[in-house]
Formats: sequence, structure tokens, C-alpha cells
Amino acid sequence: MSDKTSDSIAFVAKGTIPPSPPPASQAGVVKWLRDNLFSSVPNGILTLVALTVIYLVLQKTVPWLFNGVWTTTSLNECREVLDGKVGACFSVLTERWHQLLYGFKYPAEYYWRPNLALVLLLVAVAPVLFFDLPRKMLIFTGLYPFIAFWLIWGGTIMAPIIALLGFVVGGVVFQVYGRSSFAAGFFGGIAAALIIWALGGMLIPEGASENAMLEAVPSRDLGGFMLNLMLGVTCVSLSLPLGIALALGRQSDMPLIKWICVIFIEFVRGVPLITLLFVASVMLAYFFPPDATVDLFLRVVIMITMFSAAYIAEVIRGGLAALPKGQYEAADSLGLDYPQAMRLIILPQALKISIPGIVNVAVGLFKDTTLVSVISMFDLVGMIRGPILASTEWNGVYWELLGFAALLFFVVCYGISQYSQWLERRLATDHR
Amino acid sequence: MSTLTDPPQEQFRLSMLVNDTRYRSLTFQAIAAILLALSIWYLGNNLIQNLRAAGLNISYDFLGNPAGYDINQRLVEYDNQDSHGRAALVGILNTLLVAFLACITATIFGVIAGVLRLSNNWLVSKLMAVYVEIFRNIPVLIWIIIIFTIMTAALPGPRAFRGDDPASTMVLDLFAFTNRGVYIPMPWFESGIFASATMNWLLVLAVLVGSFFATRKIEAWATQKQEATGERPKTLAMVLGVWLVPFLLLMVIMGLTWEIPALKGFNFQGGIKIGGPLIALWFALSIYTGAFIAENVRAGIQAISKGQTEAAAALGLRPGRIMNLVILPQALRVIIPPLISQYLNITKNSSLAIAVGYADITATLGGITLNQTGRAIECVLLLMLFYLTASLVISMVMNIYNASVKLKER
Amino acid sequence: MTGTSQMKVSDEVAITIDGMNKWYGSFHVLRDINLTVYQGERIVICGPSGSGKSTLIRCINALEEHQQGSITVDGTLLSSDLKNIDKIRSEVGMCFQHFNLFPHLTILENCTLAPIWVRKTPKKEAEERAMHFLEKVKIPDQANKYPGQLSGGQQQRVAIARSLCMMPRIMLFDEPTSALDPEMIKEVLDTMIELAEEGMTMLCVTHEMGFARQVANRVIFMDAGQIVEQNEPEAFFNNPQSERTQLFLSQILGH
Repeated sequence: MSDKTSDSIAFVAKGTIPPSPPPASQAGVVKWLRDNLFSSVPNGILTLVALTVIYLVLQKTVPWLFNGVWTTTSLNECREVLDGKVGACFSVLTERWHQLLYGFKYPAEYYWRPNLALVLLLVAVAPVLFFDLPRKMLIFTGLYPFIAFWLIWGGTIMAPIIALLGFVVGGVVFQVYGRSSFAAGFFGGIAAALIIWALGGMLIPEGASENAMLEAVPSRDLGGFMLNLMLGVTCVSLSLPLGIALALGRQSDMPLIKWICVIFIEFVRGVPLITLLFVASVMLAYFFPPDATVDLFLRVVIMITMFSAAYIAEVIRGGLAALPKGQYEAADSLGLDYPQAMRLIILPQALKISIPGIVNVAVGLFKDTTLVSVISMFDLVGMIRGPILASTEWNGVYWELLGFAALLFFVVCYGISQYSQWLERRLATDHR
Repeated sequence: MSTLTDPPQEQFRLSMLVNDTRYRSLTFQAIAAILLALSIWYLGNNLIQNLRAAGLNISYDFLGNPAGYDINQRLVEYDNQDSHGRAALVGILNTLLVAFLACITATIFGVIAGVLRLSNNWLVSKLMAVYVEIFRNIPVLIWIIIIFTIMTAALPGPRAFRGDDPASTMVLDLFAFTNRGVYIPMPWFESGIFASATMNWLLVLAVLVGSFFATRKIEAWATQKQEATGERPKTLAMVLGVWLVPFLLLMVIMGLTWEIPALKGFNFQGGIKIGGPLIALWFALSIYTGAFIAENVRAGIQAISKGQTEAAAALGLRPGRIMNLVILPQALRVIIPPLISQYLNITKNSSLAIAVGYADITATLGGITLNQTGRAIECVLLLMLFYLTASLVISMVMNIYNASVKLKER
Repeated sequence: MTGTSQMKVSDEVAITIDGMNKWYGSFHVLRDINLTVYQGERIVICGPSGSGKSTLIRCINALEEHQQGSITVDGTLLSSDLKNIDKIRSEVGMCFQHFNLFPHLTILENCTLAPIWVRKTPKKEAEERAMHFLEKVKIPDQANKYPGQLSGGQQQRVAIARSLCMMPRIMLFDEPTSALDPEMIKEVLDTMIELAEEGMTMLCVTHEMGFARQVANRVIFMDAGQIVEQNEPEAFFNNPQSERTQLFLSQILGH
């Protein structure tokens, strides 16, 4: 051993060194600025360019926003009031906000009905989105579709009650018989529901809709942002079970089922939504019985649901694939049959993994509901391009209307994607 | 001594159809096949009855009939006496044009935004985040309408360029930005080598392709030199030369001249007109999809674990080399599949051309032709066939790419 | 008495760390580090997690920045000057807990990448050198495979060979065996012992105390960002002076 090292090797610290704050030049605002904004010459140039861009944008928009005129009744009056200055004509919003939100034919005295439906939607959807809320609230979630339908469309209360009754009886039959055999329970439940609906349909008296508590509003009178929300919520909710079925079918061992699902999914994913909406508006009617007149809203819901189901099926397929194979094997070795294994073990886990992807599809779908404006339905975009811009008072008011529409969509979509990120973080901490 | 007997043959019972795994799948498939056949029969029956009642049949003859409408923006010759089929072809070419252009610019926007999003410059990174969030959360149709409105409302009409002291002037005296479209100078050859203009342009393309291969040769030579001596020769000057010299020479030989758009009467004549709808659709699709591509790029680069950068840095590699040799090859594997999905989305979103009056296939075949001939079923089916084909081709490309760059594992 | 730890250590100074302090934001992660490493020394650094031992060796080859104090490696002062950092990194090799091999390159390409692009070695020479070191770590037959096709122990040995191809004078090891299955730890430790026997200067962060006893000249114990105790292995393990050292040793050696 070298002498040098044996002299100096042994060392014991005399005590604990307490933590001290970093030196001034190494922390604080100046350092932050230096590191983050001006760490090198190219970075410094980028910062200056970015600041210039921000300044230019603000310079154009801030005066326009703050000089807004809110109380006139036409564009010309706005211009008079502004007298040459740059400013927005927000009066179009004050005057036409109800058309933008509800469409231009929904009776104004009934606005409380969709408003109530929206509030109840938040209540109904809360237990689904936030797992901590009491599970009893899910009963309300189950009742909500019928309540909302009756609120928005009005008409006889018998219709939604009978529909609800059909589901309830079918569900009960399924529970009772499903224990012994899944097939008996499933088909028995469907049969029971159909019987109830048929009987109930016969029970509704003629002209019940005229004397109903809530006046009926036909589907073609729906419009505005309300229409976008309704399409979005309805189609996403309906496409979830369909998407799950497609995903399970796609990975089934039975070749016929698998190929039906594959062809459906690839076909729907390969075409743009607008072609499916063309099918809804011009083609689908040919496939219904000759005397039936099927509501445009219903036709559009059918096509958008099919579209959304295909994308959700792919997301769930990814979720099923991400599940360790051991889960399937464990379920089998416990003696669970296919429906039980799916319901109790596989699907809960796969759905949990797929939630961010499903939320993505939901946001995309909600944005895509604007496409119904192309087939002459008066959703928010349809209202803007149609009645409002075509009217003489407001011809030429672009930015205020388009900005309002953009803002509405941004708020909803950004909110949903923030929820999705929150959820992902929650789920990530659940799995260690 | 006991004798071995065969196990008793099971009696076939009806319940085995459902419970026995051998028969169960057959039973379910038989049920599914019956249900499918029934549905097809039911729908088909309705279809036939409805068609008969409307006095229509399924026939594609209308594709041969004269279309009777004009198309402004087109890549091939067409006038309103051409057939519906030709109109559909013009539509297909227009769709492919806008999709191609938008894919290129969307990639450029997306890559720049994605890389800047990862920059350690706080301001730039946040700005890019704002860009991505704003564009991703607003429907593409609204963006298309906004940008089209900017073009038609904010840009001047051709009339504004008239007079001695016009309200608007051409940019550099070469480009005119109007609310009908952008007019740019048109290049043509005075003394072309071939008689037809198309052949001359193909010659230009051939020369450029030649330059591309020459560049690859130069890079291969440089790699060879580096492997032999360790020093990599600087190739920049040579590469620039091999691209510019043949190209410029060809331009001079063929006498490249420019036809500059000029205001004659009420409109611009000459030059190339890039219609407003095309520009609006192109630009809107690019920045909208660019936001999604930016997220893909960011996720791809962040997917590469930090340890890779650290190991490369510990070996002494500089940041530029680390990006080129270590990070990018790995990141591209993660970035390219979703990128190809976005290209597919651009192709499908181009169908929104109908909202701004751009004559893509949805607007011609699915719009005017459908309304004029009333042949809804045939038109929509053809339309869907086109998009399906495009999707399948793009998916195939993606699968080939994925298979070829798969990382080898045990 | 172990043999290798007796090996002659030269008087030449390899690394000098003087009054080094490091903060992550306002968290004081390394406190007043003073350390001198001589050429040929093998030092094992141990301590509880969060004590800053990985951070310390990562400061030596500039993977982490220090805010106060100085680090001098092989005569070059570690500053923000890129030239100095490049010089230091070509003299110092590092092996990581998770190997960090480049999965898109073959084993051979992993080893020749840095010599070709940093030292501008011709390809043939780089490949010969790579094969030499791959033979040294006893996996020359895997040269054309990809990292994904190798076991953990093989990958770590390749990582060692990759660092050696740059002909460093100092090797840093950051928990090289922590991510390995037990049966593969020995093959990597054997490789490191061989390296030590050839006189390489090594700084090892590890929990493998058997390795420390066999090979180290010095064992350093760190806790809460400061060097609490250092000594020769025998003295360190048999007669720890500080309470904190005693507590730590009882936890890792007691089971």
C-alpha cells in the first residue's frame, strides 16, 4: 500500500452539514430568465421573435375586444356607434344568442326544458366520470336518457315511460334467467322488452301528444349548439356498448363473427364522416320500409353512432391487447364462462386502460358534429352560415360569430381533455 | 383380468349445441349467418320497393352523360360538356392535390412546432403549447370557414388594384393576393427541348431526380472516406452544386420565362391562379393537422428514454450528433405510424371542401352530380369506394414501414 | 487479506473535487464534497437512496451541473466551456444501471459509434478495437446481434466494452448490477474485477459489498448529500466510526 493513501484515507465527518440556500447568482428570477429565455444566442433570438409575435397579435385583438359594442340591432348601427374605430360588434351575440344556442325554431318559452336537461346531464354523467361519487347515483344515470328525451322533445309522457318499462322488464328477465344460461337470459330479456313495447304502443291513446304536459317539439326544430351537444352525448353513449361488442367480436375465435366485425370497422374507419352523413340524408331512407318516414335526427344519430363505434372498438381492442394474457387464463381457470369472464374480469380492466383513448374519440366526435351543417341541419355552424349571416342586419359580421362558436367548442373540448389528463394521472397512480 | 372397453358413445343431445364447445361456435355462427341473411333480405327488399316506387333503378350509366356544370379549379382539361365521369376524375385529382399539398405543409408545421415545444426556451415552448391546444380543440370545419372568410373578407378584390393610386398593390409586382385567389407568375419555356410543355417539365423532374441520386452517391463517397481515414469530408458545397448547376443550366437552355399576372379590365389575366377555396382548405388542413402532428413528434422524442441521451453524451458525442445518430432514428419509429394516420385524416378531412366551394370528389360526385342526376345510392357508393381505396393504400404503406423498421428483439 | 486492494496506487491525481455543492432548485443535494482520487484507485461509494451518490459521479463527467466549488479531472477544470467538457468526457467512461445501449444499432456499431464520430477513428481500426474489447468482456460472438436479443448481463458487459473503446483513463459505474437478475451479477462483477486488476481508475456506486471488499482501495459512505465516512474496506466494514455508517451497514449486511 502506498504510504500516501494510508495516511489520508480514513475520514469521518465531524457532524451533519445542514442544507443551505443556493448562491444568489444560481437561483432566483435572473437565473430563471437566463436559463429559460436567453440561454444562448439562437434562444435569445427566438425569445425576441416570440415576444414580437405576441405583441402583434395582442395589438390587433385587444382593442377590437374591448371596444366591443353590445347593444345595437344591426351591423350598420354598430359601425355608426364605433365611428371609424376598430371594435367588435358583439350585439349580434346579444341579439341572436338564443338562436345560436337553441336553433331558430325551438320555441323560446320552452328554453327551460333543454336547460334543465343540460343541468341534469351533468348530474347524470358525474358518477360515471368521477369514481368517488356514490354508486347509487348511477340509478339516475340510467333514468336520464328517458327524462332528457321527454324534456327536449316533449309529447306524451307515456312514450318514455313505456320505453323505460321495456328496459326494466327486460333487465329483470335477464337477471333471473341469465344466472342459469346467458343465452336464455339475453334473448329472454330482449323478447320481454319487445312485448312490453308492443303492448305499450297499443296502449297510448290517439292524440295523446296534443294534450301532453310538455308540448311536443319536432326534431327538425332542434338546432344550434344544443343540437351539437345532443348529437355528441347521444352518439357517444350509444356507441360505447356497440363499440365494446365490435371489439370483442373482432377478437373472437369464430371466423364469421370476426370477419363481420373487421369488415364493418375497416369500412367505417376508411370513409370520411361526411359520406356517412350523405348516407343518412339521401340514402338511408331507401332501406326503411316504404311507408315509414324516419326522422332525420334519428338517421343522423344512427350513422354517427356507427362511425363512433368503429373508432371506439379500435381503442378498446388496444385496451384488451394491453391486458396481460394471465388475466384471461386466470378467469378461465376459475371456471368462469365467456360472458362472466368478460363482464367481471376482462372488460372492467380493459375499459379502464382505454378511457383516455375513448375520451379522445369522444372529443373528436363532438367536433365532427359540426359536419351536420353540410347536410342542412342547423347546428351552431349551420346557424351561423345560414340564417344569421344571410340576414340583412348581420350580413358581414364574421369574427364575432365565428369567434363565439370557436370559444364554445374550445371550452367544452378543452374541459374534456383536461378531465382526460386528470383521469390518466389518477389511473397511473392506481397502478404501481 | 379386466378388459378395456371403449368409453360409451355420447348421445347427441340438442343442448349440446349450446354447451358443448365443439358445437357451440358453429351454433353461434349459424345463428349469426341466419340473422345476417335475414337483415340483408329485409333491407334489400325495402330498397327494391322504394326504388320501384320512385321509378329508379341502380345503374351507373349516368357517368357517361354530359355533366352540364363548370369547375373552376382543375388540373386537367374539362368543360361543361364533358361527362359526369370526367367531372368525378377532376374531383379525384383535386382531392389528391389538396391532400398532397396539405400533408407536406402539415408535416413542416408539425415538426417545427413539436421540436420547438420541447425547446428549453420557456416562452417558445408555452407558445407552441397554446397553438396546439387552440387548434386541437376547435372543429376543423370552423377553421376552414374562418380561413376562407379571412381570404374573402380581408383580402381586396381585383378592382382594388386598379387605377393610378390603387388601394392594394401586388407584392413585389409579382404576386396578387385577392379575395378570389392568389395569382402567381407562371413559368414556361421559350425554347423547350421537346414540343410539348408536359415533356419539358418531365425533363426538369428527371434532372432533379438525377441530382437526388447524385447526392446519395456523394454521401456514400463521404461515408467511404470516413470509414477509411476517420475524417468525413465536407459535402455541403458539392451537394449544393449537384442540385443547382444542372437545374440552372437546364433553365437557361430551355429559356425559362415568367408570365406575370396583370390586371386587365376587371380581373387578372395570365399567371397561375390558385383559387381561394384551395388555399383556404390547404392552409386550414395544414395548421389543424400540424397541431396533431406536433403532439406526435413531441411524444415520439420524449418516448426515447433520457438514458440514451446520457449514454451518448458520456461517450463524448455532441448534442447535434446525439440527435442525428441516436435519438432521431429511434424517435422516427415512434413518430411515423401516427404521422401516416394523420395523412389519412387529411385525405378524409379534405372532403370538407364542399363547405368552401372547392371542387373535390365529394363536391363533384357527391354534390352537384348527385343533386342533378338524383342517383344518390350510386354516387355515395362510388364516393365511399374512392376513400376506402385511399385508406387501404395508406394503411398498406404504414404496415410496410412498420415491418421494415421493427427493432429486433428476442 | 484481499489481494487486489493492495495494488499499487500511483501518486498521480486523477480527480480533484474541492468544496463542491449542488442544488436542485432549492434542494441542497450535494454538500461540501471534498475528494481526491489518484490514478489506479478503486473507490466504492455506498449509501442510502437519495444520499446523492449517483449525482456525485454524474457531476464528474458533466451529466449534472454543480453550482459551487470545483471539479478537476485529469488536469482539466470542469467548467461550462464545451471544449473542456468534451476533453473530460473522452477521458472518462461511464456505465449505467439500465445499460442504455442503443437498440437500433448492432453491438459492434454500439461500440464503434463514439470512436468514429468523436475520435475520428477509421472504421476498420474502430472495429478491430471493438472486437478486442468484446473479447475481453467475453462476448465476441454477439457482435452482430442487437441489444434486444441479449440478456441483461450480456448487455451490461457490452456497455462496459463500449465505454472502454474510447480508451478512458477513469471509469464510472452507476449501480451497474442493480437491474440484473442474480445469476447475471457475477459475470458483470468478474469483468469489473478484471478491469481493476489491470489498473483502471474506478469509481463505483454499488451495493455489492463483496466486490468492495475484494477490489476497493477505499469505501466512501454518503448520506444526505455529504461524505460521512471513508476508509479502507477492512477498516470500514469491521470498524465503522460514525453512527450513520453503523446504521447503514447493519441494514444492508444484517439480512
